[in-house]
Amino acid sequence: MTRRVSPFLMTVFGIGVAFLYIPMLVLIAYSFNASALASVWGGFSTNWYVALAHNTQILHAARLSLLIAVIASTLALVLGTLAAIALVRFARFRGRLLLTGMVHAPLVMPEIITGITQLLLFVSMLQLFGWPHRGMLTIVLSHVAFCTAYVAITVQARLQSADVALEDAAMDLGARPLEAFWDITLPIIRPALVSSWLLSFTLSLDDLVISTFVSGPRASTLPMIIYAKVKLGVSPDVNALATLIIAAVGACVLIAAVMARRADKHTQPAA
Amino acid sequence: MQGWPFGLYDSGADSLYALCLLTRTLRRVSTHTAIDKKNNLPAASRGEIPVDGVRAAPFWLKAAMWAGRGLIVAPPLVFLAVFFLIPFVFALKISFSEASLSIPPFSALWQTVVGGGGHLVLHLKNYRYLLTDGVYAISYLYSLKTAFFATLACLALGYPMAYAMARAKKSTQSILLLIIILPFWTSFLLRVYALEGVIRDNGLLNTVLLWLHVIDQPLKIMRTTLAVYLGIVYSYLPFMVLPLYATLEKLDMTLLEAASDLGSRPWRAFVDVTLPLSMPGVIAGSMLVFIPAIGEYVIPALLGGPDNLMIGRVLWDEFFSNHDWPVAAAVSVAFLVVLAGPLALYQHARIKQLEH
Repeated sequence: MTRRVSPFLMTVFGIGVAFLYIPMLVLIAYSFNASALASVWGGFSTNWYVALAHNTQILHAARLSLLIAVIASTLALVLGTLAAIALVRFARFRGRLLLTGMVHAPLVMPEIITGITQLLLFVSMLQLFGWPHRGMLTIVLSHVAFCTAYVAITVQARLQSADVALEDAAMDLGARPLEAFWDITLPIIRPALVSSWLLSFTLSLDDLVISTFVSGPRASTLPMIIYAKVKLGVSPDVNALATLIIAAVGACVLIAAVMARRADKHTQPAA
Repeated sequence: MQGWPFGLYDSGADSLYALCLLTRTLRRVSTHTAIDKKNNLPAASRGEIPVDGVRAAPFWLKAAMWAGRGLIVAPPLVFLAVFFLIPFVFALKISFSEASLSIPPFSALWQTVVGGGGHLVLHLKNYRYLLTDGVYAISYLYSLKTAFFATLACLALGYPMAYAMARAKKSTQSILLLIIILPFWTSFLLRVYALEGVIRDNGLLNTVLLWLHVIDQPLKIMRTTLAVYLGIVYSYLPFMVLPLYATLEKLDMTLLEAASDLGSRPWRAFVDVTLPLSMPGVIAGSMLVFIPAIGEYVIPALLGGPDNLMIGRVLWDEFFSNHDWPVAAAVSVAFLVVLAGPLALYQHARIKQLEH
């Protein structure tokens, strides 16, 4: 069958891609601009990267954000997977409807509402129990809550398409339920686990709104610092930081693509 | 996989479609190896399921299984209840209180009386304020309107893009997909900031247009409604393109050939065949753009002007500038009610649909 993409479609695709990429390319270009003024090209310079390396505020925030993202996405992976298993494998249990609702609701609830209500919870808890003080801990708890929802949905989709008969077979042949899960189910859902961990990690790393509400005076995450700087106008060191982030994301996506392609070649050697 | 990506709920997972498509092959491989490892015992997996009697478990095993179930169900259930649901209970409670200059800045509902005892003070004025002061209703409707038109704009740009991807050669498709996925994984905040660099008064767009003598005054885009629309389309375009591509890719092209053999012009074939068949992708993509756009804060705050009062921004200001927590709590409760209704209806309709 001959495939022909009409010039109209190709043009629109080109426009769309240009729209997506030009702002990022401009940002990268600005990050190497010697002039601090956005409108003037003052020559090539890596000054802003040097400045970034010495900006302890940004470095602290970056470390805090990475730490929060790793902890939150790992905890969310465990909780979300448990939720997915419960929803897919157990037909009926007490609280099933509640769990279904709570897994889906964070995806449609505006994050500003989630942030406000969680802040009100933490404030009320502090009043009642004297714990938790707002800071890294409260940010982690909030992030785990919304990341759990994303993990649960992804793993659920994967688990639904997995064959229950395989688990049954293993158990009929004498595997204990935990063994069957570990040896059969886990390898099947592993790609979903990997992608949902990565998604949780990115969502947590990128979250501004919820973190701003639930964080305390001393815990400023990277997006909070970036937002404060950007709000005031152009800041060349944010350009440099953005370039580094875009480069890191680009590298990760490319590696994932190459790995996927290799795996593809393995399965279909003479395709 | 039931109906994925056919609905709102699955569409959450759909936003993962990007990576899933990438790891699709990885997944296939690992599934195979999982089976291969156990290949020395797959008799049962080939359909020779043993009779039920074999599986009848003794009582203690059943009890252990129930306990095991509890261990699986309880952690996510309790965690989400405490950190997602119960916050709304506190919001409900605080929405009945009164703003005050204390820390935290709201009054207690239970006012103790000197000499013991006390009485419950419920203030309904926050809800009355929501209904009488139009700012919330107006900003909510304005958010709906903005999100709706931004979604349409996204669809208008995203559909041809997805279609172009789906019609491209298979080998090109994976590269095109990568191009769309990369912005999807890049920080949202940084992308909004990047857009600002282009549409600023002295940004790239104005510089180029001035240089080309298309205009002699810089265009004022920043802090206008247009900037908000551009921001939403720019930020959420990949969310629209990916599910659309997923449905269009699966489309049977022979149907279009059949339509053209039967005398249909390409345009008619598109309207009569392609468009209806791609509706699931259209709905999923639109939901992925529309829902987050309603509550959007960053885009109107960074790119919008003073008139772009979207609900997220109004709430933020109420909270951080006016310090009126009880009103913000009342808005949160109202939001839950406003959202819960349509969601329940949607869920109901979906279950009905699945039953058919």
